[in-house]
Amino acid sequence: MEFLVLQALSGLASASSLFLVAAGLSLIFGVTRIVNFAHGSLYMLGAYLAWTFVEHGPGGALGFWGGIAAAVAATALIGAVIEILLLRRIYRAPELFQLLATFGVVLIVQDLALAIWGPQDLLGPRAPGLRGPITILGQRFPLYEAFLILVGPAVLALLWLLLNRTRWGTLVRAATQDREMVGALGVDHRRLFTGVFVLGSALAGLAGALQLPREGLSLHMDLAVVTEAFVVVVVGGLGSVGGAFLAAVLIGQLHAFGILVFPKITLVLVFLVMAVVLVLRPHGLLGRPQAEARAPSGAGEPVLRPATRPVRILGTVALLCAIALPPFLGDYGRVVMIDMAILVLFAASLHFMMGPGGMASFGHAAPFGIGAYGSALALKLAGAPMEVGLAAAPFAAGLAGVAFGWFCVRLSGVYLAMLTLAFAQIAWSVAFQWVEVTGGDNGLLGVWPSDWARDRLVYLYLTLALCLGGTLLLRRAIFSPFGMALRAGRDSPLRAEAIGIPVGAVRWAAFVIAAVMAGLAGGLFAYAKGSVFPTYLSISKSVDGLVMVLLGGVRTISGPIVGAVAFTGLEEQLTRVTDLWRLVLGLAIVGLVLAFPAGLAGAAAALAERRR
Amino acid sequence: MPDIARRTLLAGSAAGLAALAAPRTGRAQGGPIRIGEINSYTSQPAFLQPYRNAWILAQEQVNARGGVLGRPLETVFRDDAGKPEDAVRFAGELLSNERVDLLAGGFLSNVGLALADVARQNRRLFVASEPLADALVWSQGNRYTFRLRPSTYMQAAMLVEEAAKLPARRWAVVAPNYEYGQSAVRWFKELLAKVRPDVTFVAEQFPALGRIDAGATVQALAAANPEALFNVTFGADLTNFVRQGNVRGLFERRSVVSMLTGEPEYLDPLRDEAPEGWIVTGYPWEELNTPAHAAFRDAYRRRWNEPPRLGSVVAHETVTAIAAALARAGTTDNERLVEAFRGLRYDGVFGPVEFRAIDHQSTLGAFVGRTALRGGRGRMVDWRYADGAAYLPPDEVVRTLRPQGT
Repeated sequence: MEFLVLQALSGLASASSLFLVAAGLSLIFGVTRIVNFAHGSLYMLGAYLAWTFVEHGPGGALGFWGGIAAAVAATALIGAVIEILLLRRIYRAPELFQLLATFGVVLIVQDLALAIWGPQDLLGPRAPGLRGPITILGQRFPLYEAFLILVGPAVLALLWLLLNRTRWGTLVRAATQDREMVGALGVDHRRLFTGVFVLGSALAGLAGALQLPREGLSLHMDLAVVTEAFVVVVVGGLGSVGGAFLAAVLIGQLHAFGILVFPKITLVLVFLVMAVVLVLRPHGLLGRPQAEARAPSGAGEPVLRPATRPVRILGTVALLCAIALPPFLGDYGRVVMIDMAILVLFAASLHFMMGPGGMASFGHAAPFGIGAYGSALALKLAGAPMEVGLAAAPFAAGLAGVAFGWFCVRLSGVYLAMLTLAFAQIAWSVAFQWVEVTGGDNGLLGVWPSDWARDRLVYLYLTLALCLGGTLLLRRAIFSPFGMALRAGRDSPLRAEAIGIPVGAVRWAAFVIAAVMAGLAGGLFAYAKGSVFPTYLSISKSVDGLVMVLLGGVRTISGPIVGAVAFTGLEEQLTRVTDLWRLVLGLAIVGLVLAFPAGLAGAAAALAERRR
Repeated sequence: MPDIARRTLLAGSAAGLAALAAPRTGRAQGGPIRIGEINSYTSQPAFLQPYRNAWILAQEQVNARGGVLGRPLETVFRDDAGKPEDAVRFAGELLSNERVDLLAGGFLSNVGLALADVARQNRRLFVASEPLADALVWSQGNRYTFRLRPSTYMQAAMLVEEAAKLPARRWAVVAPNYEYGQSAVRWFKELLAKVRPDVTFVAEQFPALGRIDAGATVQALAAANPEALFNVTFGADLTNFVRQGNVRGLFERRSVVSMLTGEPEYLDPLRDEAPEGWIVTGYPWEELNTPAHAAFRDAYRRRWNEPPRLGSVVAHETVTAIAAALARAGTTDNERLVEAFRGLRYDGVFGPVEFRAIDHQSTLGAFVGRTALRGGRGRMVDWRYADGAAYLPPDEVVRTLRPQGT
């Protein structure tokens, strides 16, 4: 009995930590609609800065708490710089484009933190006055954890007062509901956005700094926390701070008791919770249906038109180059080209969902990885040759698409995207945990092509044929009646339903088509690498896909192709040239984001439009 | 759309095309012997920065002595960022573009296994320096892959020897939830049960790697009231586990046996909160004063102005072993190099090491001792060198573990 009480208290302490990170993220998203991938980086910076200030400060209680306060202020300042220099310039870009910018920031911060604080994990001092344990029901419980349990509700109360009892808070809430209207009423929403972003950053900094007496600091803190924070925000309901608190408590408690029954549950617990909550409550626990962020007048989704003659010629030339080039390449050039072709199809399939379908996915690695595992398992379990394996890949991914899609297409916007992430993480954890079948994190080895395709040139042509064929097929589908119906459903579901388009079924079909194509890419990837690992299903694979689509331009059809080639080429070159490749890649992404807010292909299209 | 679009489109693809047009460098006779080294530099910097430093040092030392076979050593480093698929791509690049003579490296087990499979496929030598997975030399072992570090099995066996001497009968385990953690626990249980049939395991916790919820985990272990703990967590998880365990009194009146905790990479960050009296494997770099190690330590300090870590030793040993094998083979021909590696003996900084012909595992050992606080930080005391050769299964068992004829 005593033990269960203590376990509940431990869960509450973790919940408080989780809530602090999530609160800032929720505020930022609610008002600015930015999916702030860099929130984890701000959290990490808060922790590391606190370490520096406390270590080099005057010591004692003043030095400690002063250091924490200084770290919070410094993180807020960094947040202000990010918002003013970067995000402010791209609010008008297509939805989710800001995610690309914050991804660049994540990469930059990772390398900077490594350069400043070194590779070793750091351990901060314990909090003065809160070092020891207290005794609860005859059991020892750390005083600092008890303090944390109180900090969570205290911050929640302060935020509530700020949001409900001040003019600024009223404006923030108004902007959360309808930022265009707030702007129309004469409120300078630029300053409002900056203010909210700074507040959110300060909360992230506080969450990080308060971990100092509790946890060691490592350079993996950023990505470890940011996904969980997103889950908490989404489970709670976007923009709802109270919901975030509820979700944090729910997850903290489920975890504290879950590990007693299933010691390996940590891997997947938060994503299971998110999947269940979103299936039952499509807008999270306390969220309300999202008011559409009204686009500035006349700047809705542009109509996709079939390629003009010059673009057609250009595309044909590029295609012919791709076909003519391989015999003149070295072996490694062929390897890179295989990777690129596969990723082009991967990005094109994601774009099919995101662009014409209006369904952004944060978990597109799922069909890709399931395809790869489909091929590998066909070989391992049934001894199937490559030809069968390559058919098994899209089939397996398509089945997964049918199942996941059935749940996902009912949702919209970020909720839909996060549900795809939840399914992807569940698939990942199955691949990771089911060691007997999938080999766990050691993966499945020896997935090599059939003899006739073993020569790299032959395999390259096979890959080109399937990937370019798949990409062209997707392109064809966009302009088919099906694609028209899909776009109609995206732009105006009500009107589409009224003229007899079954919007839900069309979206579901599009979800499955995208999954099938991603699965084919995954199968080809498996045979290209000779092995399959859970990393194929990982978040970073999904993020790579998003980055490619956004970089190329989500509103153009050639966008994913250009984006995939540019991103893989850039990464491939940089990792070989410099140890600081994350820094350079991050800077490049930030630069591209600022220069081409419509993506690379989007910028080209706009230029041509103006020339006309 | 006139040609502006074309230009921009092409510019967007330029980066991609540049990758394809990378030049092929020819192999000059009498030029340097090239090693392709692939590791997770950006994702595991705490271990791998000291590793790379020592690699460069060892290479400089070899070259100062005139190189091997009259040719200097040269290394091309690649960062796989912890992704096996990238490691595979770089392996291809190093072999075909950079024309390296052999491959080395690997930190994560899955990266090591992926590279080993590439080595088998391409018939090229791969010297796995760090990955601990038993599969690398046993169930997935192949002719072209050799592994330097004592494997999960060996380190577990070293600790079982000590654990069996403890009076404790009720054990609990905590391990990161991935292959290394699971294997370590499996071997520890299996080997301990053989020598101590009276032992029972009353609780186990498998937090996700790097994501431990230390408070809840510590509390859950304490609730089972074990007499002893076997810990496999390391890095950030270990730090958090120790901190929560200390405050909640988990380690009081309990024996703790712990993998890798004596390595400076993981012991140093704990500072004055390093646990006392844990039985650990590790590397007591300050007290180990054999001439070979003292020379290495001094050289490392002179070159890099910091003390060596275990990663430094691993890299230094790898380069030394490669140089010794090259000298023994008298050629860079990989088939002959493989033969030279089988049964290769050389003198490393911990003592003599042999790469066993039977399973391609080196007999490099580890130090087993207890942790203690000295001068406000954790150190290893009462340590001894556990020679790896003594902690491997008998040959007839190894033959059943490894596919034969490889």
